[in-house]
Amino acid sequence: MFPRPIAQTTVAKRALYQIALPIALVIWLFPLLGVALTSLRPASDLASGNYFGMPSAIAWWNYLDVFRNTDMERYIFNSFKVTIPTVIGTLVLSTMTGFALGIYKFKGNILIFFMFVAGNFVPFQILMVPVRDLTAGMGLYNTTTGLALFHIAFQTGFCTLFMRNFISALPRELIEAARVEGVAEWQIFWYIVLPLMRPAIAALSVLIFTFIWNDFFWATVLTTSASTQPVTAGLSSLNGQWIAAWHLVSAGSIIAAMPPVLMFFLMQKHFIAGLTLGAVK
Amino acid sequence: MAVAAALPEKRSRSWWAQNQQTLTPWLFLAPGMAMFALYVIWPIFASFRLSFYDYDGLGKEVWLGLDNYRELWSDPAFVTSLKNNVIWLVMYMLAVPAGLGIAIFLNQTVRGIRIYKSLFFFPFVISQVVVGLMFAWFYAPNFGLLYKLIEMVTGKGIAVLADPNLATYGIIVAGLWPQIAYCMILYLTGLNNVAPDQVEAARLDGAKGLRMLWYVILPQLRPATFIAVVVTVIGALRSFDLVSIMTNGGPFGSTRVLSYYMYEKALSEYGFRMGYGAAIAVVLFAIMMIFISGFITKMIRDERGVR
Amino acid sequence: MLPTKRSAGLALTIALLAGTSAIAQQRVLNYYADFDAAPLAAMEALIADFEAANPDVDVVLQNFDHEGYKTAIRNFLTTDAPDLANWYAGNRMAPFVEAGQFMDVSDVWADNDLGTSLASAAASMTMDGKQWGVPYTYYQWGIYYNKSAYEQVGATVPTTWDEFVANCELFKAADIDCLTTGTSALWPGAGIFDYLNLRTNGYDYHMALTSGETPWTDDGVRATFAEWAKVQPYITENHAAIDWQDAAALMAQGKAANYVMGNFAVAVFKEGGMTNDTLGFMAFPTINPDVVRAEEAPTDTIHIPAGATNVDDAKTFLAYMASADAQTKLNAALGQLPINAGSTVASDDPFISAGFELLSTTPGGIAQFFDRDANAEMAKLGMEGFQEFMVIPGNLDAILDRLETARQRIYK
Repeated sequence: MFPRPIAQTTVAKRALYQIALPIALVIWLFPLLGVALTSLRPASDLASGNYFGMPSAIAWWNYLDVFRNTDMERYIFNSFKVTIPTVIGTLVLSTMTGFALGIYKFKGNILIFFMFVAGNFVPFQILMVPVRDLTAGMGLYNTTTGLALFHIAFQTGFCTLFMRNFISALPRELIEAARVEGVAEWQIFWYIVLPLMRPAIAALSVLIFTFIWNDFFWATVLTTSASTQPVTAGLSSLNGQWIAAWHLVSAGSIIAAMPPVLMFFLMQKHFIAGLTLGAVK
Repeated sequence: MAVAAALPEKRSRSWWAQNQQTLTPWLFLAPGMAMFALYVIWPIFASFRLSFYDYDGLGKEVWLGLDNYRELWSDPAFVTSLKNNVIWLVMYMLAVPAGLGIAIFLNQTVRGIRIYKSLFFFPFVISQVVVGLMFAWFYAPNFGLLYKLIEMVTGKGIAVLADPNLATYGIIVAGLWPQIAYCMILYLTGLNNVAPDQVEAARLDGAKGLRMLWYVILPQLRPATFIAVVVTVIGALRSFDLVSIMTNGGPFGSTRVLSYYMYEKALSEYGFRMGYGAAIAVVLFAIMMIFISGFITKMIRDERGVR
Repeated sequence: MLPTKRSAGLALTIALLAGTSAIAQQRVLNYYADFDAAPLAAMEALIADFEAANPDVDVVLQNFDHEGYKTAIRNFLTTDAPDLANWYAGNRMAPFVEAGQFMDVSDVWADNDLGTSLASAAASMTMDGKQWGVPYTYYQWGIYYNKSAYEQVGATVPTTWDEFVANCELFKAADIDCLTTGTSALWPGAGIFDYLNLRTNGYDYHMALTSGETPWTDDGVRATFAEWAKVQPYITENHAAIDWQDAAALMAQGKAANYVMGNFAVAVFKEGGMTNDTLGFMAFPTINPDVVRAEEAPTDTIHIPAGATNVDDAKTFLAYMASADAQTKLNAALGQLPINAGSTVASDDPFISAGFELLSTTPGGIAQFFDRDANAEMAKLGMEGFQEFMVIPGNLDAILDRLETARQRIYK
């Protein structure tokens, strides 16, 4: 069950593998390809029952229609308004908490660390009603700010885990040496630790961006109208209006999926580094 | 240390200088902890409290004691949700071996393999809302691709999401798609670090097939397996988005899971029994706690081992 | 959708003429609503008229998607209340009235003599002797059918339930669904139940059931389900995963013959290619001839939330929406019926005329709709039960027991 490296096998096997790869990929991405194709189908094809044959034309205008007839650009803008502050806020908070937990030995360190870790696993539903009331109480219900504040707090748990492990793997001599030189603690953070954390910061920014962009639950709980809803919630309500208009649903889906997909392909290395943290030890 | 040299001279040993090593971690922790306490820790307790009340979000809270919990046990919808959660947990675990299988399949060095790996990982990057819409279209009665395929083979299509016995599985399959991709990427990273000399040595000793996988490869992949199991369990219990997008819990409540039922009771169109919803959330939390404490115990053990 | 400022052009003109002071003095009236595209356009036209008559008021309409709105209203009423909000008459507004979230607008009724002009809907807007909002439209329910399908199988339009059921055999032989529905969102099934129950047991019984006074295990309810069981085999398969618009498409394509629906569906049928020549409307057939005919006609309403900030202008707007002219204009665009007795009904539309005829001659009473007449939680459970019955009729006893248990808990 653990194949030899392909380079060591026969030519025939190698050729077979090269053929199997694209076939497997097409099967794997079947639903996605179907949707991509549907998004380019003219509405008339769907009306006449041509769901899977050759499209009668490449209806790229479906994408224009999505923007023209809906608030899609508003939804996308809202998504950015939630996602970008969340990424920044989370990184600020978690580099600090990670620094505190990764560098200093003090009573309660492990306890606090695991509080962050455990909080990260908690089911959203147990937070739902109080967080909704809290947000409403602050006058931030149905605002992107209210949504972003919650995301910052919650993602700080996950990022603290990441940052703390990253920082405790840094060479301690560096910090000790600085202390001997009499460098203040905040300067150690700012001038020594922070520059070394660039890869962790990069990895987390892509990850958090994707997580928050794709969030649907909190968007449903904390926002209600098109002027504040991010694209996931927007797509869900558009789906309610676009009955029997699968070409638009498909085009809308692809538009909504684009930013994280681009982010992933541009920052693949960091993304996977973040996601697979701890998969090797 | 160039950086240190550039920094200002040591100041007089003020009170701050003497205590800064003790105080600094707390100052650094304060903002993060405050936010986390406000938005995560306190709400857990608030929900526990609320689960003993009757509250509709408009009027007054009325103390009920354990009534909400008592009602849960006689509520058929709750029992269905709980049962479905178990199905989710069991079925979702398939993502771990499936992810491993694809990872082994892709763990080769040929031209373009990097692109294949990222395309196989692709489903994980897409929002579950989009995944749900894709599969809803795939399953749609009368014109969905799957429906048509089955119709072509058997002469009669199957509308997966209309059948109370199939709908949950239909949703789980949609959920497995990105989850398998996630497990795959964990294993691919793990496989990068499998020592080739050990594999070679085992091969010389005649290890083959499943034995090779079980005795030589898997032990080296243990950290990846641990994370894969953790994220899969959490993913299974968080299954809200897909249910909400694909069926809204229907047909007649047969695809409800606790996370969705809680939302339905507490915030949806016909709901607004927030106390009852909170009681459902507490049960879900208790289930999650069983797993969380297991994971945390293991992590603490590892932590001690390292230090 | 984004807040629509119909007055932007007007405001600009005023600003140019009078400097900025005019804008500064304009009072904003926030209105949250859940219109579909065509009604939205009609409403925006009405708002423009209102703003022309009241130049110092700027109505900012924020439109929500229909299903999302029903959830959102609970949230925004308590957290950031607008000055006006759409909702529904009858029991559906009761929780908000009881919780003090809707404002008493009896003075608007008294000042404008709405008790006379809106008499037909007064009862459904009144609780504790006060009025809590203004109704602006209602529409009939009934059976919409495909005339071509009837011709194809040689069926005649039924007037009794037995004839209807007998026709189903003809349709089945031609591979046409006798009765179609799409219960993915649950409520279309409730329309069938309401009519079966109204025709089997009558209006008073139906009201007693939906208000929780009659047990679900009652023989009357069983009689209703027995009638339902007669058509159950002829209902479109997989309706549980079909949206109501998709089922409408089935009828437009001639794959189904009948559809129990509200008049708002006419637009969808016509989009699917049906015309006044191929689309028919009939009153739901008689089941028990001794039962007085009652109909179903949900009323849509506008309310002032208790947390409104611009109450005076909101009341002016309500009075305007109650007026005969506004209701004539809006309902012509909606394709629905005005409440105001002084309004005129678009007579060139056969479905609206039929609805007007049907409702104005109803001797038995007018029900709102299952999920408006019944308590919200009960409504949800009931509609799930209806859907389940249409999929697995053998589960009837379990369904009724479950509903009865819920009734005893909810209406204790």
